Amino acid sequence: MELEEAKELKERCSQCAAVSWGLTDEGKYYCTSCHNVTERSKEVINTDIIPNTKIKSISRGLKRKSKLEKGWDWYVCEGFQHILYQQAEALKTLGVAPGLKDEVLHNLWKRYLQKSKQAYCANPVYAGRRKAEVSEGNVHHSDGESGPELLSDTPWSSCLESGAESQSDAPTPRPLAAPRAPHSEAASVCSGSLDGVEYSERKEKGVVKMTVPGTLALCYLSLLWQREAVALSDLLRFVEEDHIPYIKAFQNFPEEMKLYGRDKGIFAIESWPDYEEIYKHMIEIATFLDLPRFPDITKDCFLHPNILCVKYLMEANLPDEMHGLIHQVTEMTGMGEVDSLTFDPIAKAAKTVKYDVQAVALIVVVLKLLFLLDDNLEWSLSDLAEVNNEKNKTEKPWFSFRKWYLVMRKALEEKKQEWEEARAKFMWKSEKPLYHSHIDKPVAYKRREVVVNLQKQFSALADSTLTVKKKSPSNFQLSWAEDDPDRPCFHSHSLRGVLLEKGQALVTKNSLYWLSTQKFCRSYCKHVTTYEASNFSLSYQFLLTLFSFLLRIKASLLHAEVSLIEKKLFKKKYSETKKNLRCRKGRR
Amino acid sequence: MSDFSEELTRPGSDDDQVETPMVSGTGMHFPWLRKHLDSVATGGKKKKDFAQTTGACLSLTQEALLKHQWPRAAGFMHSYLQTLEDSDSSKRQAAPEIIWKLGSEILFYHPKSNVETFNTFADQMKNIGVLNYLKISLQHALYLIHHGMLEDASRNLSQAETWRYGEKSSSQEILINLVQAYKGLLEYYSWSKKKMELSQLDKDDYAYSTEAQNIFSHSWKTSVNFSALIKTPGVWDPFVKSYVEMLEFYGDQDGARKVLTNYAYDEKFPSNPNAHIYLYSFLKRAKAPRAELLSVLKILYQIVPSHKLMLEFHVLLRKSEKEEHQKLGLEVLFGLLDFAGCRKNVTAWKYLANYLRQILVKNHLGWVQEEWKTRKSWWPTFHFSYFWAKSDWKEDRDLAYEKAFVAGMLLGKGCRYFRYILKQDHQDQRKKIKRMKKSVKKYSIVKPAV
Repeated sequence: MELEEAKELKERCSQCAAVSWGLTDEGKYYCTSCHNVTERSKEVINTDIIPNTKIKSISRGLKRKSKLEKGWDWYVCEGFQHILYQQAEALKTLGVAPGLKDEVLHNLWKRYLQKSKQAYCANPVYAGRRKAEVSEGNVHHSDGESGPELLSDTPWSSCLESGAESQSDAPTPRPLAAPRAPHSEAASVCSGSLDGVEYSERKEKGVVKMTVPGTLALCYLSLLWQREAVALSDLLRFVEEDHIPYIKAFQNFPEEMKLYGRDKGIFAIESWPDYEEIYKHMIEIATFLDLPRFPDITKDCFLHPNILCVKYLMEANLPDEMHGLIHQVTEMTGMGEVDSLTFDPIAKAAKTVKYDVQAVALIVVVLKLLFLLDDNLEWSLSDLAEVNNEKNKTEKPWFSFRKWYLVMRKALEEKKQEWEEARAKFMWKSEKPLYHSHIDKPVAYKRREVVVNLQKQFSALADSTLTVKKKSPSNFQLSWAEDDPDRPCFHSHSLRGVLLEKGQALVTKNSLYWLSTQKFCRSYCKHVTTYEASNFSLSYQFLLTLFSFLLRIKASLLHAEVSLIEKKLFKKKYSETKKNLRCRKGRR
Repeated sequence: MSDFSEELTRPGSDDDQVETPMVSGTGMHFPWLRKHLDSVATGGKKKKDFAQTTGACLSLTQEALLKHQWPRAAGFMHSYLQTLEDSDSSKRQAAPEIIWKLGSEILFYHPKSNVETFNTFADQMKNIGVLNYLKISLQHALYLIHHGMLEDASRNLSQAETWRYGEKSSSQEILINLVQAYKGLLEYYSWSKKKMELSQLDKDDYAYSTEAQNIFSHSWKTSVNFSALIKTPGVWDPFVKSYVEMLEFYGDQDGARKVLTNYAYDEKFPSNPNAHIYLYSFLKRAKAPRAELLSVLKILYQIVPSHKLMLEFHVLLRKSEKEEHQKLGLEVLFGLLDFAGCRKNVTAWKYLANYLRQILVKNHLGWVQEEWKTRKSWWPTFHFSYFWAKSDWKEDRDLAYEKAFVAGMLLGKGCRYFRYILKQDHQDQRKKIKRMKKSVKKYSIVKPAV
């Protein structure tokens, strides 16, 4: 009987975390497991039986409590707005042009709110929905007339107009007429935001729902619009290195914006952004927002292969001379043309170039042209180069693939380990614990406290040199120096050893080429070949590993890009000799 | 399909998580299998980076521990603590135990750690997962004992003893019994220290009587502590031993006998040679009749035929009137010498030499042949090789002599071992050897071909 009585209390015991309550004689709850008596006494929750007066008195008591906890009324989109604001600020400190926040990102966000009918429109989604519910005569919203001040156009848009900044410093506490009636299903379905529950359940055709990864897509769109010197992989790397708020961005919300319940599913993120996912998101949002053609990516833009390749040549410690060859390939494939580089969401099949992946793929293709990379020729060419370097010590040294490989492999392994350890040490949990519902709150806070205490203890014992020091943001992950024997630099090495003079022009010594993909898809869709590492030479695998690590992408994505370039480069040859596999490559 | 995947995940999520710290290094390990199981567990969905990195963090912690890099391990531990807040409840519930195991290991060895840090850690961990409270308390106490802080350990155990969580479950009960028994062990320790002091005091000393009083007040409490545990099936050697010692000291022979008999004979208890050894030595002290001693040793013989008590067993059997016992006496000796560890046991060889002669004199050739049948193929190389003859002679002449005698009896005088010893022809042993030659000639089971 006793147990029966106490079943309605679902809260965990703060002592032993069990959910098993009994009632004491005074009507207070006690834990049947550890006999911990709580301060709470039995409240009447089953409203059906009890006369009206009683409900009022009891529920008033309850409400006062929840009101204290409630803080401001806020909507989910305000949460995203705050995250965007933080991200824009972070980008500004990273050196992005200041216009990005107020001119580009702000406008994109406004446009998003409008398109998704959350604001700046005649009939915002909240109001409409609410009305419908009330008219349906939903009993639980019977106090709807005095209900929370919903998004009527005026306060909402004024709030937006004042810009994101006003969010944090000048909160406009909207009067709360009466807190929302507890949800009909159960008290456990709740949220700190006004529309958290509704938002997480909302599914509307044709509307792109904002998510936390979506904020990054918006950031990237604005970067692209501004033609900033930040590629998508850079942006994501900055997120991973915690220079741009993302994982725990919600913990910087103002104190009064309470998050719990469904908000957890919306704002708590337990994965780093994935390149392809954000890329897809970005196109999706750009199409949804109906954005016009983006500013042209011309030859002097950072994202143009001519420039981006230089960056990756430096990063990968390859000779500067390769740049000329890359330039030629870019020309031949038409990849340097403005039209193919510029993002145009309105175009029929909206897609944008993965600039960074493309640049890296170009480098891989050029390396294949020079060294064939069949686990054979590159080594014999290296022998030649090393013999020559022995003989002529005064001349500019010839580039030796072997030497480069040894240096790079070591550097890659070190970096990778460093990266893995840094990831393993990443702190995912925010200082403000998130909980599903009120009954979980004390447990969540207790748990947080325990973790903090334990962490204090272990951090005192940890190797101080090993604690993750936040790296200062940098465009480069690897650096090379001419006179440092540990990180020798190959930038100035010459490609003489692998090129032949033929009349006026230089021709690659290697006249062979193998195609990465065996089959192209006939139609103009993306090809279906998948990257199976073991099918390819070790040198090629190494290159893919190296570059995909630098960009934090999957090797298969890079492989696909390499295949795409080859397809363009050998289009003619390819259609002539249909059987391919090994295709002779004749350079002019 | 869903059932199947659930079944597959269970070993992945529960056992592996908990057991890896212990079994790493032993047995086989398939990292790929684990990955496979993980992907099944998430139902094909991509594993969250949180899960991936905390998993990596755990293995990095373990790796650092294996390499004794304590500060490094502490650094990873710092991050691993996040799993206490994991939204995956099964991982969250497994976390305290892992954290306790790895964390206590780090704190045990870390140069900057001290008793205080360990205490704080243990106290915190005790209160996280209630299910671990008793285990952690017990290990905490053992840590304190290790550091010589017996009083603190005892206080700790008392605290754990009175702790209750929910209805007493069977696993809790045994842990509580263990806690109590360790407390008893600590009390026993101080008791026996006092006893030592007492034995050094003069009986007429003024201090003697108070000390004696002290000792007596101890016993009752301690026995309560022990008795609960030793009723539960298990191997409780140190507890039983101390308990019996105290009981005997206070003259409760019956109690002691009951405890030991139960410990040795209760079928629910795992087979434990020590139980029989304790009982035997108790009975011997109590001057119990031979039959009783024999029955205890008989069981021990079945469990550990190589135990040194087998010599006593043999002596008892030899003295027995029953023929069946006498035969067993021979079996016991042969059995004992089957073990490489007893190869150089002079007494055993001496007993065998004497007993062989005695038996052959009594014309029980059949008994000897029966034993010898199975050993004929390997004893000659195992015991009686030329190499052993040489080394035995060098190391221990008595041994060599006894062995030579046995060899002669069993293999005839043509045997190498026998011949080698005979050839040494040492001054002191001449008489002995002569006698030996005679006996061998007379009784050897191998008759020289005529």
